[in-house]
Amino acid sequence: MNLHAKETWYRRLFAVTAFSTLIFLAGIIVTLFHGAWPLFREVNVIDFLAGRAWYPTHTPPEWGILPLIAGTMTVTAGAMLISVPLGVGSALYLYEIAGKEKHFIKPLIEILAGIPSVVYGFFGMAVAAPFIRNFLDLPVGLCAFTASLILGIMAVPFICSLTEDALRMVPKSFREASLALGASRWQTLVKVIVPAAGSGISTAVILGMSRIIGETMTVLMISGGAAVIPKSIFSPVRPMTSTIAAEMGEAAMGSLHYHALFGIGLVLFLMTLLLNITAEFISRRFRLKLGLTQ
Amino acid sequence: MDKSQNIRIRVDEVNFFYGPRQILNRISLDIFNQCVTAIIGPSGCGKSTLIRLFNRMNELVPHSRLEGKIILDGEDINSSLRNVVDIRKLVGMVFQKPNPFPKSIYENVAYGLEVNGVKDKLFIEEKVTDSLKKAALWDEVKDRLEESALRLSGGQQQRLCIARCLAVEPEVILFDEPCASLDPISTKKIEELCWELKKDYTIVIVTHNLQQAARIADYTAFLYLGELIEFGETDKLFTVPQNKKTEEYLTGKFG
Amino acid sequence: MNTKMIIEKIGFALLVLCILITLFFLGSILYFLSIRGFPALSWEFLTSFPRSGMTKGGIAPAIVGTFYLTVGAMMVSLPLGLACAVYLCEYSPKGVWVNLIRLSINNLAGVPSVVFGLFGMSVFVKFFDFGISILAGSLTLGILALPGIISAVQEALIAVPYSFREASYALGGTQWTTIRKVVLPAAMPGILTGVILSIGRIAGETAPILFTAATFYSRFYPKSLFSETMALPYHIYALMTEGTHPREQTVIAYGAALVLLLLVLFISALAIYLRQKQRSIHG
Repeated sequence: MNLHAKETWYRRLFAVTAFSTLIFLAGIIVTLFHGAWPLFREVNVIDFLAGRAWYPTHTPPEWGILPLIAGTMTVTAGAMLISVPLGVGSALYLYEIAGKEKHFIKPLIEILAGIPSVVYGFFGMAVAAPFIRNFLDLPVGLCAFTASLILGIMAVPFICSLTEDALRMVPKSFREASLALGASRWQTLVKVIVPAAGSGISTAVILGMSRIIGETMTVLMISGGAAVIPKSIFSPVRPMTSTIAAEMGEAAMGSLHYHALFGIGLVLFLMTLLLNITAEFISRRFRLKLGLTQ
Repeated sequence: MDKSQNIRIRVDEVNFFYGPRQILNRISLDIFNQCVTAIIGPSGCGKSTLIRLFNRMNELVPHSRLEGKIILDGEDINSSLRNVVDIRKLVGMVFQKPNPFPKSIYENVAYGLEVNGVKDKLFIEEKVTDSLKKAALWDEVKDRLEESALRLSGGQQQRLCIARCLAVEPEVILFDEPCASLDPISTKKIEELCWELKKDYTIVIVTHNLQQAARIADYTAFLYLGELIEFGETDKLFTVPQNKKTEEYLTGKFG
Repeated sequence: MNTKMIIEKIGFALLVLCILITLFFLGSILYFLSIRGFPALSWEFLTSFPRSGMTKGGIAPAIVGTFYLTVGAMMVSLPLGLACAVYLCEYSPKGVWVNLIRLSINNLAGVPSVVFGLFGMSVFVKFFDFGISILAGSLTLGILALPGIISAVQEALIAVPYSFREASYALGGTQWTTIRKVVLPAAMPGILTGVILSIGRIAGETAPILFTAATFYSRFYPKSLFSETMALPYHIYALMTEGTHPREQTVIAYGAALVLLLLVLFISALAIYLRQKQRSIHG
């Protein structure tokens, strides 16, 4: 085999592996549709999405996932309220204020990012929930509020590091120009750097949200598990991810319940896909705006 | 005329370090009011570092250290009584590469006023118009003030940066190689502008273009390896340099 | 001092507050798990099987299971991820397909882990009939780890200066020899860091193995690729939510959570250390 043919052969081999990622993503999509299909032959999509009752084991069963979507939304909104200010604020701190201590703080934030979600879940269940129940005098500690708190903390390092990347992409010259005009560092940060990094920061926030929506173990352990539309943030909820994780073990293979769980998986997947694509789109425009290409 | 009456900035025995590296070595020099002072020298001789001391921009570099005094209107600019923000309002700066913010043309010029607490919309509008006129950009942009500044050409962007600087009403303007990234026609416009501005402002310009210094500067300082080799009126320095190094540099023996 | 500076002081104070709150949470997680988990730790805890209906004994089979699953996942994702990144960075002709591949990697990275679990269950457990097994779990985890590995390797490859490649081509090196002898060795420290970080992530993943590999209790170490297995993260979950002696189980769960935490922290500390060492070499 001559040299040229050998080179071509290597190139093809690498191309095939690269295509495998495409195949895996396609595989996930096909699996979800295939798994959910039998359900949608019996249950109308609208009834599935907007139905207010999720009673998979009753006779007759009810397949409305609105309470589960509401659970996901409640927990996600709460988590965002915690993680966005803390994550963006921490990133701004690292960008503008931190001196030498940065070499110490950044690894710590990375450690926070590396803690497995089951450990967060365990911490929430064993430490945070009892504490919150006593402190706020609630009937149960395992509720949307506790889940939001823990999920929020989990997402901080993720949002923080993406935000910091976005800030670092802003050309230094903007900062110099602003300071040379007599702006304070804070004014420079708020009026020039953050707006310039704005779409990069929104990408970070959207991806953080997608993460929170898809997070499973933490909500499975802490959110309380009640499949009803929550009345307050102190109600127990059952988000979509934890429904799949909790019920898959009990659902008989091939039963409608089993297919309904795939249906939830499909909805979940489409939600995160939409967020990820939006983030991708915004981040491309961000690079263009700053005159960066990649 | 008594020159000492007319000193705007006095650089007094200045040493400057980045970490262990000494960038400027015992520099003493006077910048006169309403004159253009050019600072020339080969790359890396400390020209930019020197003028960045005048508005304390070098503070942004970690591990930097200054010895000696920079005296503006009789007061040390690094004295703890003076606020860095006030110094920078008084001493404006135009950078080597045009660096407009990713905002509209109008917002760029108005920015300096806003951060300095001006709230009066009418005053801001007047000031923006006025500054753009002074920077000889008004005619080109008057119909598109809301457009992004990044859509202007390089030369226009640089004049916008000058307008942005003028809007804050500085008394001294530092130009850090303002034409380094511009074409000859834009360069000419900026030079004419410097000439025009010196009626009202004190100008310090860093350049590696000797002709440019000869054309626009009243005084010229020649820096080499962090030392001030020669300083004097531009005509004299260019025609009868006192120092052999200066002569060699001007005749192109190195640089 | 003027208002501008007062506002700056307040603003900066708020940012400092943000970082302090973040670090406070990190501190409290580490504090509670260490204080309450440490008494459970012992040599016996690490090396013995659970006894008396999960109320006594150790977590050895869970540790072993996690080890198998992580190694298995790496055997899947490392070669694939490496090759894919090399293709995208070194070979990729620009075009629709390559863009599509990049897009799919980005989106694969955002797929919720429980959805990977569904995928693994229907494809590996059911369709290929591997059953609930180390094999199915490793494959699922491997695919989950793939986007992370790819982007880590890509980052390391991009950091290799283009001049290295030019130098090799100028000496008559082909593309493949250039990649193998010049680019990959130069990128190796970066690749290593990325891979170690992924190992830490995989070791702690739970949702993907819920329906593909994990079992609550087993009396033996897994015998083959087709055995189901206990796993450390799943064990923590199961101790807290299943079984009949919550009080005793919680004590063991603290120990198991501390072990998992220490394991993962050790792995990521190793990666961070390698990276900082590397940075100090390259300036």
